[in-house]
Amino acid sequence: MKEVLLNLLGNEVLVYSLMTLVPLLWIIPFALFAVWWERKIAAHMQDRLGPMRTGGWHGWAQTIADILKLIQKEDIIPTAADSRLFTLAPYVVFIGAFAAYAAIPFSAAYVGSEINIGIFYIIAVSSFAVIGLLMAGWSSNNKWSLFGAMRSAAQIVSYEIPIALTLLAVVMVVGSFDMQEINKAQSGSVFNWFIFQKFPLLFTAGLIYFVASLAEVNRTPFDIPEAESELVAGYHTEYGGMKFALFFLSEYANMFAVSVIAATVFLGGWNSPFGEFLSGPFWGAFWLIAKAMGFVFVQMWLRWTLPRLRVDQLMYVGWKVLIPFSFVIIMGVGFWVLLEG
Amino acid sequence: MEAPLTIPGFSRPLKNHEMVVNMGPQHPSTHGVLRLELIVDGEVIVDVIPHIGYLHRCFEKHAEHMSNYQQVIPYCDRMDYIAAMNNDLGYAIACEKLLGIKVPERVEYIRVIMAELQRIASHLLAIGTYGMDIGAFTPFLYCFRDRERILDIFEHTCGARLLYNYIWIGGLSHDIQPNFQQKVVDFCTSFRPTIRELNQLLTYNKIFVERTANVGVLPADVAINYGASGPVLRGSGVKWDLRKNDPYSIYDRFEFEIPIGTGEVGTVGDCWDRYMVRVREMEQSLVILEQAAANIPSGNVQSGIPKRIRPDTADLYVRTETPKGELGYYIMADGTTSPYRVKVRPPTFVNLSILPAMSRGSMIADVIAILGSIDIVLGEVDR
Repeated sequence: MKEVLLNLLGNEVLVYSLMTLVPLLWIIPFALFAVWWERKIAAHMQDRLGPMRTGGWHGWAQTIADILKLIQKEDIIPTAADSRLFTLAPYVVFIGAFAAYAAIPFSAAYVGSEINIGIFYIIAVSSFAVIGLLMAGWSSNNKWSLFGAMRSAAQIVSYEIPIALTLLAVVMVVGSFDMQEINKAQSGSVFNWFIFQKFPLLFTAGLIYFVASLAEVNRTPFDIPEAESELVAGYHTEYGGMKFALFFLSEYANMFAVSVIAATVFLGGWNSPFGEFLSGPFWGAFWLIAKAMGFVFVQMWLRWTLPRLRVDQLMYVGWKVLIPFSFVIIMGVGFWVLLEG
Repeated sequence: MEAPLTIPGFSRPLKNHEMVVNMGPQHPSTHGVLRLELIVDGEVIVDVIPHIGYLHRCFEKHAEHMSNYQQVIPYCDRMDYIAAMNNDLGYAIACEKLLGIKVPERVEYIRVIMAELQRIASHLLAIGTYGMDIGAFTPFLYCFRDRERILDIFEHTCGARLLYNYIWIGGLSHDIQPNFQQKVVDFCTSFRPTIRELNQLLTYNKIFVERTANVGVLPADVAINYGASGPVLRGSGVKWDLRKNDPYSIYDRFEFEIPIGTGEVGTVGDCWDRYMVRVREMEQSLVILEQAAANIPSGNVQSGIPKRIRPDTADLYVRTETPKGELGYYIMADGTTSPYRVKVRPPTFVNLSILPAMSRGSMIADVIAILGSIDIVLGEVDR
């Protein structure tokens, strides 16, 4: 895709700007859709209808109306807040979420930046959000926000480890950090997908990745940093208007990011489930997004079913369950790869 | 060096690593306008100081200034506003004892049905919001869906959905509709499966059990010393229910069990036990409802209402079992048409006083779980 654009436009800066625009053009409609979708899923799970009025058909325009409202709201910075950090924090959080999209191969033909350490890069930049959350919690000058920020820092840092370890297991099998290489290694049929390879090691790795990714993006049952019944809203308690919307947007961007990584690494990425049938650059993007949406749906499903863990229980699950299991998987996969030669 | 900070109500000055955070009065999980001053060491609770009175509406003073006894009932509604029928029942029984009148059988049966329906409605709200305190949103709406059907029955009978003013001194404001019994029986048959559903979704959920078992353990002796009542006392394994131990109205005619905390998943008297007592009480209320709905005698519900309510100089204390516990009315009559004094012993006020003792040493999230398991209503705590 880069070559095509380069031939067409002849200007590298313009090409790169266009390439960056693609994820942004995807994230915003996705967030608008996902918020509405989540409300609908929640409503139908709870014997309700959810938004039904705005826009006519099943309230499809509800989130657009919400965003319009948020844009119009007064931009309030609390007197006691550190205004510079307070303003900067939502952007830092969003950049962390957005930057991960650069290395996600949406199809065989499109990946924002074709770097050979794609997975490494994604793990690295997704930790970036912690800084933003800490900034938000600290600068709000609110004890509850600080609690939320400290919790989320502890949580995200802890759950980075099982995520990195499980992804490492796949990297060992492929022998490359490159996301496109990982995709290509799963081509052929459904049974080449890593979730079905080295059974049951990589299957368990997939499960661990999914559980840890829920914690990484603060979703139930790990939504402890923003636990509305304890901390009200955690680190973004003091935020309103567009700044709040940015936090919200990054949450949904992160949800999709971890889902798309799960789909790429464990569920064959842009590979069609029917082998050669319905494959190609366009269908690749379709399959990847469909798989990722499946994960997003499961995230929503869990949110409206499960209660929330307590902060010490969360640490227990992270350090004493997920991480030891990840190490076992790493060892197992290592030996397996070694024996296969 | 700055002098160490002292907190009124906390025994010693704060240490350097301790912090005071205010939970409430605007907080989604304090169930109203309760303010808790939490003294925390990181996430661990050192002490909790509850501050009440944000919803104080001078119930007792109002009661003294009404022009007659009947006019107090709407104020009783507004104490525990999610179990208004039970509040009215206690007051009506107290006034009837003062006057020495006996109400018709039909009235007694309808009152019991209303009180038990209200008990289910109140427990549904307690359970639903408790799930929400723990982080599960969906059971809340399932509970509200079923509570709605009880409110529909109330609305069908007396026109009101929350504050009924239905149980009057000596009678009722309206007679029941012809299909009332059928509606109650239908509710009973359709509600049993939803209790099962609730148990599957929430009660035995691994995370819910982790969050509530062994949390906020209240030993039986502590519960009794604090004067706890209702599900809080029974959750600690004490079989004490005024409907059995000191029967009022016609509760002695019905067969039902008193569920108590058994420590099924943790220790006796933990949050899960208090929660489970409520679930089991709903089942028992259904048993009472079915017995009562089958035997409503005919008669006039207003024939027992006295023309003039003017009790002789006397005072008495009447206690009834509301969904939250022992609700007591101490009424002093001075021979006029309005009460000289109405003192209320609200169950949730007394139960709330145990919160600091249960919370010390637990985590912030546990305070929410413990507070939810006490099931307070600020309208009644503050009156």
